[in-house]
Amino acid sequence: MSAAEEVVAEGHEAVEAVPKRAMTLGTGTSVVVLLLLIAVPLFAKNFVIFQLTQLLYLGLAVLALNILTGGSGQFSLGQSAFYAIGAYVTAVMMEQFNVPYFLCLPVSAVLCFGAGFLFGQPALRLSGVYLALATFALATAMPQLLKLNFLEHWTGGVQGLVVTKPDAPFGLKMSQDMWLYYFTLVVVLAIYILSVNLLRSRSGRAFMAIRDNEIAASAMGINVALYKTLAFGVSAAITGVAGGLSAIAVQFVAPDSFTITLAIQLFLGMVVGGVGWLPGSIVGAAFIIFVPNIAEGISKGLSGAVFGVLLFLVIYLVPHGARQVVVQSEAWIAKIKQK
Amino acid sequence: MFGRTIRAAALAAAVISLASGGALAQKKYDTGATDTEIKVGNLMPYSGPGSAYGVIGQVEAAYFKMINDKGGINGRKVNFISYDDAYSPPKAVEQTRKLVESDEVLLMFDPLGTANNTAIQKYLTSKKVPQLFVAAGATKFNDPKNFPWTTGWQPSYQSEARAYAKYILKEKPNAKVAVFFQNDDLGKDYLKGLKDKLGARIIAEESYETTEPTIDTHIVKLKASGADTLVNISSPKFAAQAIKKIAEIDWKPLHILSNVSSSIGSVIKPAGFENAQGVVSATYLKDPSDPQWDNDPGMKEFQSFLAKYYPEGNKRDILLITGYALAETLAQTLKQCGDDLTRENVMKQAANLKDWRTEALLPGIYMNTSPTDFAPISQLRLMRLSGEKWELFGDVINGDTDD
Repeated sequence: MSAAEEVVAEGHEAVEAVPKRAMTLGTGTSVVVLLLLIAVPLFAKNFVIFQLTQLLYLGLAVLALNILTGGSGQFSLGQSAFYAIGAYVTAVMMEQFNVPYFLCLPVSAVLCFGAGFLFGQPALRLSGVYLALATFALATAMPQLLKLNFLEHWTGGVQGLVVTKPDAPFGLKMSQDMWLYYFTLVVVLAIYILSVNLLRSRSGRAFMAIRDNEIAASAMGINVALYKTLAFGVSAAITGVAGGLSAIAVQFVAPDSFTITLAIQLFLGMVVGGVGWLPGSIVGAAFIIFVPNIAEGISKGLSGAVFGVLLFLVIYLVPHGARQVVVQSEAWIAKIKQK
Repeated sequence: MFGRTIRAAALAAAVISLASGGALAQKKYDTGATDTEIKVGNLMPYSGPGSAYGVIGQVEAAYFKMINDKGGINGRKVNFISYDDAYSPPKAVEQTRKLVESDEVLLMFDPLGTANNTAIQKYLTSKKVPQLFVAAGATKFNDPKNFPWTTGWQPSYQSEARAYAKYILKEKPNAKVAVFFQNDDLGKDYLKGLKDKLGARIIAEESYETTEPTIDTHIVKLKASGADTLVNISSPKFAAQAIKKIAEIDWKPLHILSNVSSSIGSVIKPAGFENAQGVVSATYLKDPSDPQWDNDPGMKEFQSFLAKYYPEGNKRDILLITGYALAETLAQTLKQCGDDLTRENVMKQAANLKDWRTEALLPGIYMNTSPTDFAPISQLRLMRLSGEKWELFGDVINGDTDD
């Protein structure tokens, strides 16, 4: 099995004992993080708010992958494809059919669920690196599919589609950026809570049973095929919502926005955040947004190499990502308290 | 509460800045310009699939370093801030917002790529920030009515296509034209320019997808149509295939090749010089790899600039002279602004280039803009392949006029 699966397997004693604590932050920490997320935009420039919005929706996309890989143990390098579908559905509905933006997101979610569920069918026969390769194909195909002629009427072809940013409703006096941030925050929080509950439910336990041992899971009466495709569907649906939010925030969709690089970034975000640990998704998203900027600040010509070195350091020092950092610091705090 | 405090603070800041602006009398500034500095923002794909173009940003940075060493523009140093957009539209939006809101640049200069420029155009328009001399040939960047803050630079694809059409009309008034084009916005932009002028003279059209392994069947079909003139609007790899195939099936049309694919190194040589004799194309810059310019004073100046400020650059690379000419155009615009460095005046001056030229342009080509025409370069010169190099011929052709 591959490295990431080992990571997942290693944490599995904890998952079995107290699933919720293994997946989430403690109540105190959660409240602090939430307050920070609510308060920071009030003091920040619009540009920083825009970056925070990016952080939220990319965090959501990483979370979706986390459910798939951390939850059901399946790999995907094709998340950018679902992200693209979500973004395009939202953009096309908003611009060509004048549908309000908050109604576009559920449609994106449903369509992406369908796409993910269907893609999950052939994926049933594959596992590990082979599945990763199959999804890789999906990611490379997507930008070209979006350029297809018969879709051009709606998608704008290579030119892409410009999206109008929504104003704050009810005459609220806040900037478009700030409104969109809070809107995104609400959506992301709702999905986060749903995801945590999903993984704690019967279905979630079924996902994890399949992840840990497929044969044992089916012996226990779990419909392996159904749950595997379901995991793909749920993951795709959440990714689609993230894509839709990105289309609104960036105000533009084009085939070149959703290349394989995006899928790899999401995968990277998941590993850096900690596989199977949902709060890590935000940390992972922060890594893929801010670290390239830091790398560019260090050296413009060698930004890629600097990014590589930083990534290497992270993987080498904390192979289990942000989860490891948090778990260790919690242990230290507990020790200090005891003394 | 917090929102109110912030608004009050912002208002206070605005009042203060207005007051200080008034005290300076005739000198007028917007964000990003002061008595000593002009901040210019730029995006380039230093990483990712378009990273070959990154040298344009580097040569521009080198040019402004030279300007600053010589005392700047009207006494102000140019602070050229260039970020990597990795050729990705979302990244371009993020970096543009950083430049405008965090670095507070006066204007955006020469962002690269059609998609990235489209992505940031709406934002910059709403913020009233100039988006000057974009590095993209799509005709839509010359639209002063709808996008009064965006200007193009290079001849647009339609402009180039109309130049070819004019040549065809003059040389072969009864031409039967076949068009071979790439099925994307680049190809369609060209096609529109051709159709505007040639109309019913176009008797056959074939398009191809970049995913096709070979385009031979299209060429055979076009020959079968009985056309005697071929306009070939394909990207380098397919252009080379087409040139070869045309020679193979012994078709001898007047062959016009788009500027995009006129590179000797990556198109003509692989296709075989013997197959490409007599092919016609158009250009507007002096090509540093062409020995005919070796003793040209303008080219010598460019080479000595490179030697001093950008010695690691490939001095035969046409992208470098492109970046150099672009930076010169911005310098000229800022010079014309004088002490009125408001964004409005920057746009006014960018739309007020009158018969201005840099020595990087071919002899006889001038830049002209007006409030209704935001396309600086509309002129091209034709060239014909002879031996192993392009030979210029004929007069300067303007792709945007009807003469």
